[in-house]
Amino acid sequence: MAFTKKFGIAAAALLGVVVFSTATLRAEEGGPEEQPKPARQSWSFAGPFGAFDKAQLQRGFKIYKEVCSNCHELHIPIRTLAQPGGPGFTEDQVKTLAATYTVHDGPNLQGEMFDRPGRPSDYFPAPFPNPEAAAASLGAPPPDMSLLAKARKYERGFPAFVFDALPIPGGMYQELGPDYIYAILNGYTHDDDPNWNLYFPGHKIAMGKPLSPGQVEYADGTPTTLDQYAKDVAAFLYWAAEPTLEQRKRVGIRVMIFLLVFAGLLYFTKKKIWADVAH
Amino acid sequence: MASASTVAPTRRDFLFIATGAMAAVGAAAVVWPLINQMSPDASTLAMASTEVDIGSIPEGQIVTIKWRGKPVFLSHRTKKEIEEAQNVDVATLRDPQPDSARVKKPEWLIVIGVCTHLGCIPLGHEGEYGGWFCPCHGSVYDTSGRIRKGPAPLNLAVPDYAFLTDTKVRIG
Amino acid sequence: MHGHSTFEPKNGLVKWLEARLPILSFMHGSFVAYPTPKNLNYWWTFGAILSFMLIAQIITGVVLTMHYTPESTMAFASVEKIMRDVNWGWMLRYAHANGASMFFFAVYIHMFRGIYYGSYKAPREVLWILGVIIFLLMMATGFMGYVLPWGQMSFWGATVITNLFSAIPLVGDQITVWLWGGYSVDNPTLNRFFALHYLLPFIIVAVVGLHVWALHVVGQNNPDGVEVKDVDKDTVPFTPHATMKDSLGLAVFLLLYAWFIFFIPNYLGDADNYIQANPMKTPPHIVPEWYFLPFYAILRSIPNKLAGVIAMFSAIAVLAFLPWLDTSKVRSAKYRPIYKVFFWIFAATAIGLGYLGAMPPEGGYVLTARILSVAYFSFFLIVLPLLGLFEKTKPVPPTIADAVLAKHGSASSVAAGAASAPHTKG
Repeated sequence: MAFTKKFGIAAAALLGVVVFSTATLRAEEGGPEEQPKPARQSWSFAGPFGAFDKAQLQRGFKIYKEVCSNCHELHIPIRTLAQPGGPGFTEDQVKTLAATYTVHDGPNLQGEMFDRPGRPSDYFPAPFPNPEAAAASLGAPPPDMSLLAKARKYERGFPAFVFDALPIPGGMYQELGPDYIYAILNGYTHDDDPNWNLYFPGHKIAMGKPLSPGQVEYADGTPTTLDQYAKDVAAFLYWAAEPTLEQRKRVGIRVMIFLLVFAGLLYFTKKKIWADVAH
Repeated sequence: MASASTVAPTRRDFLFIATGAMAAVGAAAVVWPLINQMSPDASTLAMASTEVDIGSIPEGQIVTIKWRGKPVFLSHRTKKEIEEAQNVDVATLRDPQPDSARVKKPEWLIVIGVCTHLGCIPLGHEGEYGGWFCPCHGSVYDTSGRIRKGPAPLNLAVPDYAFLTDTKVRIG
Repeated sequence: MHGHSTFEPKNGLVKWLEARLPILSFMHGSFVAYPTPKNLNYWWTFGAILSFMLIAQIITGVVLTMHYTPESTMAFASVEKIMRDVNWGWMLRYAHANGASMFFFAVYIHMFRGIYYGSYKAPREVLWILGVIIFLLMMATGFMGYVLPWGQMSFWGATVITNLFSAIPLVGDQITVWLWGGYSVDNPTLNRFFALHYLLPFIIVAVVGLHVWALHVVGQNNPDGVEVKDVDKDTVPFTPHATMKDSLGLAVFLLLYAWFIFFIPNYLGDADNYIQANPMKTPPHIVPEWYFLPFYAILRSIPNKLAGVIAMFSAIAVLAFLPWLDTSKVRSAKYRPIYKVFFWIFAATAIGLGYLGAMPPEGGYVLTARILSVAYFSFFLIVLPLLGLFEKTKPVPPTIADAVLAKHGSASSVAAGAASAPHTKG
């Protein structure tokens, strides 16, 4: 396999060239307004065997309900809260919860629109009728949070972005979104300016500091610190964005095992067939 | 190709069979999601029940509402219609069912408005039994929605429903 | 080329069918008895891998169409519904989205393999050009498919790429308006892209049919670049030998594919595409999918609109002229020591351009991209024509059988015939 060996050498050489050139380019950037990158957190749902921490998702949902939902829409069906691989609410809990929302529906037989209590099949109602109304009252339209944790990323740079894809210790890094959300919620470091954020690009963020310690009560005795709030709500939002994560990873492990065994069998079959052919 | 030893061919055969079987299992496992994706999705399965305010439906009128993409007939029956529905020799019916098994309150008949023949929507207050008449193939239903004549094999189906109040009914 | 065994129908029904439509003997000749050079390495399994990917993309695509809505106000939500509600929808969509990447990954390896071993040289020019056409069709299909989820990057990618046509003198603006079906990328654009995205794969299937036909006329090239002389000594039957080798290659490739689908499904995607398209707000960095990045870097490295567009399309078009730009008598880089070095420089150039295509167009990145763009074209227009005239090649074995013997260290027969350059047409 001389070819592969040479490919390896060439790839290594190329790696060297790119590392060198990016290092020099990086050195030219920077300056006083340097933007720190969000730090990598440890999440229960990271890695090939990752799964959500149900209690954490329930706490995160509480924060969403009491704080975030005042401005942000979360465009997912309420029923998903009882779905397997989610926060683990029961069907009855979700039914009760859904009934606390008011949903605009209609027309009825008289042709009139009406308000009714929500049902699990309804979507979480939006706090504003449209983005324009939100912008008019808040200055800027708050983004819908249903996909927020997948719609945010930060630049990893070379070579980190390569390792992020690999099944190695410290690799398989797919949680940039939750890390970013966690960082933003912890990034309000100027006490005199509620719209200054260390991690937000350009530092000026339209959302004023949304969370403070002790603001949301936890029934399970988890400390009510800002750090804990940020982690819980980021985890909840990642679940909201990727509700099939647990199923995906579970199926994935089986598929990988199947393919490994299958490839092994094919290897020996191929070897048998080629045994008497010089090639 | 075949080796002279007697062991080799068996091992070789086993290897080929195992590989082939594995490929078949893999193919079947891939086909399942491709078939299953066509089944009703989570939002369809969770499709809401419908609440209807029936207070405004006068006696003798049939109102049609949509539930799970299908019409549901809400028939506010008159005394005469109720009597007709009740005074039938159940044994003579094609799909024998007493009227009492098809209603929760005699004055309200709630049935799915889909002909049990081939799925058309029957017309209300039509046909010789004063119930429904299906224009597609001529099935005739009585005031209890039971099949009396024509090609349909079964009575109009009764959905799950409950009276929330005297004037409010939840279907599904 | 005649094969290893002939198809002899025994069954009466098969005989009956053969007399009317000889499809079984055709299949037998093409995929069973077809003589395959015995010295092929695993880089040759990518043809089969690509066939698999094409079929996989069509199947997952057809299935996704059952749930997708090609309408600008509903497209984004319908994709989310696939991800959340449809049974196995998340898997089908991730398989299709990452399948596009895997398809391009495989096609790039397939192309680099062809360039390394001189697979485009006579008599395989038509085979190669058909390949370039497939590549172009793949790019068009991939681009239009990326627009369908109607996220921010879908919308702005479509805007930027369709605006390339406005660089055409005189009629550019009219052409762009015609492409859009309006004055900007909007619902009509989405609808036609959807229609074409569904159509083009079947045209790819047809051109792949021609590609395989052309391949079976001239026979496969091989790592030593010598033509088959003796079917019995130089080749093995396609089935089971090549079939099993291809299956093994495919199984290993599927491990990679499955890793992406199940564990890092959004790694190659852009986060901005999880935000619904907003025609009033451009994302800070417009970056195409990774497989377009080298060409995107060439486009951006030229500070003139028309020239940039021409350079980008030329970077693809130049591939079609490869059979005539390479003047060497020897096919395989195995026997071309200097070409081999240039090949790896070229590969590094392409990867480097890909990296730069993802970086913001500022500072040192622009300059590096310009240097690499020049290097890209130099390989085709300067290195290849001149190298064939000046390069001192190594002796090529006279036959595949000899090459195999030489590899296994057998003393006999190789040296004798090695001096003659066997550049005969097969």
